Amino acid sequence: MSANNDTMGKTLLVTILLCVICSVVVSAAAVILKPKQVANKELDRKSNILAAAGISDPSKSIDELFQQITTKYVDLDSGKFVDVPAGYDEAKAAKDPQQGTKLAREDDIAGIKYQANIKPVYLVQGADGSVEKVVLPVHGKGLWSTLYGFLALEGDLNTVVGLGFYSHAETPGLGGEVDNPAWKALWPGKKVYGEDTTDPQIGLIKGAVDASTPNAEYKIDGLSGATLTSNGVTNLVQFWMGENGYAPFLNNLRAGEA
Amino acid sequence: MSNTKDVLVTPIFKNNPIALQILGVCSALAVTSNMATALVMTLAVTAVTAFSNFFVSLIRNHIPGNIRIIVQMTIIASLVIVVDQILKAFAYEISKQLSVFVGLIITNCIVMGRAEAYAMKNPPMASFMDGIGNGLGYGVVLLFVGFFRELFGAGSLFGVEILPLVNNGGWYQGNGLMLLPPSAFFLIGIFIWIIRTWKPEQVEKPDFEMAPNTKKEAA
Repeated sequence: MSANNDTMGKTLLVTILLCVICSVVVSAAAVILKPKQVANKELDRKSNILAAAGISDPSKSIDELFQQITTKYVDLDSGKFVDVPAGYDEAKAAKDPQQGTKLAREDDIAGIKYQANIKPVYLVQGADGSVEKVVLPVHGKGLWSTLYGFLALEGDLNTVVGLGFYSHAETPGLGGEVDNPAWKALWPGKKVYGEDTTDPQIGLIKGAVDASTPNAEYKIDGLSGATLTSNGVTNLVQFWMGENGYAPFLNNLRAGEA
Repeated sequence: MSNTKDVLVTPIFKNNPIALQILGVCSALAVTSNMATALVMTLAVTAVTAFSNFFVSLIRNHIPGNIRIIVQMTIIASLVIVVDQILKAFAYEISKQLSVFVGLIITNCIVMGRAEAYAMKNPPMASFMDGIGNGLGYGVVLLFVGFFRELFGAGSLFGVEILPLVNNGGWYQGNGLMLLPPSAFFLIGIFIWIIRTWKPEQVEKPDFEMAPNTKKEAA
């Protein structure tokens, strides 16, 4: 290292050249790999919907399996199916005053602040057109991050088929255990609603659920060492199953009027 | 050529970045709960260390002394982003598990430490080898820790069941501590102990000598 490297001119030259080269490399990597990453994300989303619905068949590709699923859009306020323009972007709609709602603090138990008025739902229909399973996208705040996932219900629109998260950044080994198959296996068969079909009963408790737990059919084991993530999961399920979430739609669907 | 071999092999046991230099311990705690993530993390860190050493060394004669740390950081950060993008495109599942820790390679002291300590003074090829060697040294510890954590914590290796767990109907009660990051402290400690028993020259002189008992005459 000679002393003349430390002149103003040389310092600026090295800095500028370095920045230009590095930014070209980084942007090139980002742009070239983008289509593959998007495809991965899409495949991941589809396989998460299928996993939540409990559909798996190793002999078929994800895309083939996904064909039995019908994607529809629902207006959350009226609870009716609606058509949306192609390229509908839910994340954008949530922030748009025309297409989204800013939630009042006391309603916003899931901590999501903004909510799109129109949400996609995924239906598995039987041969006669009856609904066998319905997969609902849900999200809400955990400890560090927003958890994004799918909750699938049976045709009775009360029994859980499965819950799975496809994106979160909770603590690995603690809150990150929401991805643990053993924990996810606790969800199928649980009930969401009691008598009142707008007031969800389902939630996580501290510790493990056993036969002596009151209302065991509505309760799931908490994640040990992850109280805040567990509360977050309870809140987001409660929110999305409640009247600001899918409850009006589910009631309509139950009555056959969606 | 024996010199190149030395540069490559020395960091694995003789001058291990984690065990002797005590660098990069944070990520060694975070990503070693199973072998697959430990292996991918090893590859990612090795690639970043090798290439950042290479590029830093390539322009070492032109880096102004007073901004050299920033220059090194810029190169390292760019490489980490590229590695992160590649993982997201070609190993999506693993990159989801590694989550933020790929990005945090930037803060891994091994990368920066080697750029500053070695690449600034040595030619590119030797620096590249030094990077690979240090990445491997890091990997040896990661895989050692990952092996015990996954085997005793989850009863499997690379996701293949070795010890059937009680909750899956087997006989082995998984050790929950092993799945939590602090267990890596114990394992890294044991690893350092083993290495220093094998190579006693690595044992450091204590910073403070215990004072001898006060002698009768002195009293």
